[in-house]
Amino acid sequence: MAEYETVIGLEVHVQLKTKSKLFCGCSTEFGAPPNTHTCPVCTGMPGVLPVVNRQAVEYAIKSALALNCEVPSRSIFARKNYFYPDLPKNYQISQYEQPLAQNGYLEIGTDSAKKRVGIARINLEEDAGKLLHNIGSREIDGSLVDFNRCGVPLLEIVSSPDIKSPEEAYTYLTTLKNILRYLEVSDCDMEKGSLRCDANVSVRLVGKKELGVKAEVKNMNSFRAIQKALEYEVTRQIKALESEERIVQETRLWDEKKERTYSMRSKEEAHDYRYFPEPDLVPLVAEKKRIENIRKTISELPDMRRQRFIKEYKLSQYDAGVLTSDKALADYFEQVVKSYNNPKMVTNWVMVELLGRLNTVNKQVRESPVSPGQLADLLKLMDKGIISGKIAKTVFEEMFNTGKNPQAIVQEQKLVQITDEKEISRIVEEVLKENPDAVEEYGKGKQKAIGHLVGQVMRKTQGKANPQLVNKILKERLLKK
Amino acid sequence: MELCELTGNELLKKMEKKEISSEEIVRSVYNRINQVENKLHSFVTLTEEEASLQARNIDGNMRKGESRGLLAGIPVAIKDNMCIKNVKTTCSSHILENFISPYEATVVKKLRDAGAVFIGKTNMDEFAMGSSTENSYFGITRNPWDLDYIPGGSSGGSATAVASDETILAIGSDTGGSIRQPAACCGVVGLKPTYGRVSRYGLVAFASSLDQIGPFGKDVEDVALLMNVISGYDENDSTSVNVEVPDFTKSLIENVKGAKIGIPREYFVEGLDGEVERAVKEAIELLEKLGAKTLQISLPHTEYGVAVYYLIAPSEASANLARYDGVRYGYRSPETENLLEEYEKTRGEGFGAEVKRRIMLGTYALSSGYYDAYYLKAQKVRTLIKKDFDEAFQKVDVIVTPTAPTTAFKIGEKVDDPLQMYLSDIFTISANLAGIPGISLPCGFSKKGLPIGLQLLAKPFDEEVLLRIAYTYEKNTDWHKRKPAL
Amino acid sequence: MITKKEVEYVARLARLKLTEEEKEKYTKQLGDILEYINKLNELDTEKVEPTSHVLRLSNVFREDKVRPSLKQEEILANAPEVEASHFKVKKVIE
Repeated sequence: MAEYETVIGLEVHVQLKTKSKLFCGCSTEFGAPPNTHTCPVCTGMPGVLPVVNRQAVEYAIKSALALNCEVPSRSIFARKNYFYPDLPKNYQISQYEQPLAQNGYLEIGTDSAKKRVGIARINLEEDAGKLLHNIGSREIDGSLVDFNRCGVPLLEIVSSPDIKSPEEAYTYLTTLKNILRYLEVSDCDMEKGSLRCDANVSVRLVGKKELGVKAEVKNMNSFRAIQKALEYEVTRQIKALESEERIVQETRLWDEKKERTYSMRSKEEAHDYRYFPEPDLVPLVAEKKRIENIRKTISELPDMRRQRFIKEYKLSQYDAGVLTSDKALADYFEQVVKSYNNPKMVTNWVMVELLGRLNTVNKQVRESPVSPGQLADLLKLMDKGIISGKIAKTVFEEMFNTGKNPQAIVQEQKLVQITDEKEISRIVEEVLKENPDAVEEYGKGKQKAIGHLVGQVMRKTQGKANPQLVNKILKERLLKK
Repeated sequence: MELCELTGNELLKKMEKKEISSEEIVRSVYNRINQVENKLHSFVTLTEEEASLQARNIDGNMRKGESRGLLAGIPVAIKDNMCIKNVKTTCSSHILENFISPYEATVVKKLRDAGAVFIGKTNMDEFAMGSSTENSYFGITRNPWDLDYIPGGSSGGSATAVASDETILAIGSDTGGSIRQPAACCGVVGLKPTYGRVSRYGLVAFASSLDQIGPFGKDVEDVALLMNVISGYDENDSTSVNVEVPDFTKSLIENVKGAKIGIPREYFVEGLDGEVERAVKEAIELLEKLGAKTLQISLPHTEYGVAVYYLIAPSEASANLARYDGVRYGYRSPETENLLEEYEKTRGEGFGAEVKRRIMLGTYALSSGYYDAYYLKAQKVRTLIKKDFDEAFQKVDVIVTPTAPTTAFKIGEKVDDPLQMYLSDIFTISANLAGIPGISLPCGFSKKGLPIGLQLLAKPFDEEVLLRIAYTYEKNTDWHKRKPAL
Repeated sequence: MITKKEVEYVARLARLKLTEEEKEKYTKQLGDILEYINKLNELDTEKVEPTSHVLRLSNVFREDKVRPSLKQEEILANAPEVEASHFKVKKVIE
């Protein structure tokens, strides 16, 4: 079999986190009743005019700078003309000939295997409304339109065809999402539709210069789905080439259930968008000083933060990578460390206990029921010997389930560690009496038998006895025998 | 003399002296409408009840001595492509026949705040596309000076309403001459302000980079008064310019001494009607006699204006009119099989012939493979036309031309020949392409008794010089005092 | 100048249903108009910048503040067809 290489380009749309829409004052809040965040402007009534949201432009420029793009001194809006019921004016105000930014790149991978994926262009544009084809399970004899989302600012980020595998596409997307979240310009939440991605994919024989015929793949609702859809497409296209079938340039939709793509095959007409400069808006001019001011608002980006974590907290590559893969998580970590300065310990608790529990209940760090302050308090209790490490895990579970403070839980459930030597000695005596066999074995030189005895003491104290003390007292007692 | 025959300024003075009330003015205007409207058809919608209520409120406020606006109690007619809240805005189109606007145009809001009383919505060429008001879904409007003739367009209804005393003042819009040409045809004063002077928010767009709202009046003074009310920056219109608005009535000075007036040779060529030429030349001589200096100038790209305009305006229009699809408002074709048909039938049935022709032309000019040859080319020639004016205004204060090459033509005469119809805009179009202000005022009558219009053009944001020269001319003539016999 | 086929293509792009008669008429009329427009080719515009706007404005912004929307019933008041507080159209086939 011949060797093929894959060429992928991604078109990502992210909603910018402004309070109001791109061209009118309607709220961008998600989940409102249909057609309540709408006005004459965003529903395209006769006579209305758009006015650009300053914040949207600044978020766009900020993103462009973080993606290493050139921000030309002048950019303009253009009308993209096509008819669709979710597009009230039947043109979308977007950008075409003079985009907001271009010629950037995104670095993906880790230090050992870094790669640059080109960012061809970034456009600022308005989102369309939402179409509904059924209400709950009830099929409708038509389609319904809700314009709440219509006019929300979108950033269209178009990559160069530099991506060589579906896996790389996945890495590109997670890296991009992470950066945009770090910038706090977008939630990048695919479930809520604040990040969407279409992919162009083609294959060609290794060494061939010209690109193969590409398919545009749409309708994926998670990064994993995008990866799977691309894997499917690559296999399909190679198979087609192998059997000397012709690949047609087309749009294909991903079927999540059947895990395959299928051709739209509708009477899709040739696109003729008739772009022309939007006469209702004036050019955007990005003065050097303004760009520099926006650049200053860019806080530390994921890669820089990872490096810092390795240096400042002496974390491993892996741990630093995980902790900085999500801005909220990295913020969480640093807040805990601020009041409990033991990075190694905090890393373990955040990565094992916190992330583990969040994963099981499918929650984001932002939604964590345990605040960074609470976690720090818990670790301090452990440090001071008030509770044991084992008990701390129980307390954490309770904190996670109830949101209560660790001190309160420890008091309520009387989980304070027993450090009174007399008290422990008393229990040790009891245990020794009840376990003559173990005592005897220990006497015969079986060191392991002590473990059993310690376990018995812990059981009697519901784990509250200080393990070091238990060990010490037991050993002293056994030696005396 | 009936109150409706007076000018806005005359009525305001009488109201000031408490000789008359707004209610009396409104009643007089509606009496006149009842007399002549069936002959003219100036209006698409009349709002008599609301107008009477508004008038009574204003009268009440005045009795209480509350501060009153610049136009308190004065009737104003609004072209039916500007939105008045809770009133129909049809653009004289089947496709918007039942559209009731949930919001108000900025200009309408300003007029309302100034105390204007809205008489009704005036007839127009559908979506302001036309030069004769023959392209209205609701029927043609007739010229009050001769009912067999067109009133000009597209703001024909606003012009006839002012000319026939069916209103005191009116508002129109001008994309390629749609205020000035009907003003000329009907013997009234009409002004197209500088692009960006008046907010377009709430004006149903035809060609966004050319559209501008402006006033109609029986004399220059009324036009200046309306300019004071409607001008100014609007945060809802990104293309409105944030410059200080002068008090335009202060430009009403009878003095043209030393004013430099340019006469472009390209406007006095073959195709210009002899009677029109004579009237305009006499007007120029009068201005000279009053102390103005005239000089010959050249605007070399004048002949390309129509071609440029008929690419740019339809291209912008093809996108602006895409929203009329029967989804959110307006007409929807009743029986269709699928979505594509729903769109195509709705638009095919909802738009009239001229609108469809221009949408076709604009769509074609923007379509793949033609953009550079047509749209881009037109934009480049637009640059040349603008440069002509920039250079001319280095030498002169105003440019004087005929408003139109002929007086009003007969109803039906050019309906089947769109190109001939387009060429009747030849003298007005350039001002829109260059974004400069222009005014048309009466300067004579043809033997048949049809009015002739004189056009003055000035550099951007210099409406004051237009008003001063027009005012001086008007003070020394009495064309504007003539009334059509109806 | 312009063919009937092009007229049909443009009518589809613009979503205009035309009768046969209209197609014939527009083919002729648009042809005449385009022929007139071709006089622009007399001009050399190689080095001329296009004017899409006469204004010299840039960066006209509004601040990111939420302003009240219209009421749902006001937005839907003019709609030809409404279901479940949505605008309703013929089925969109994807």
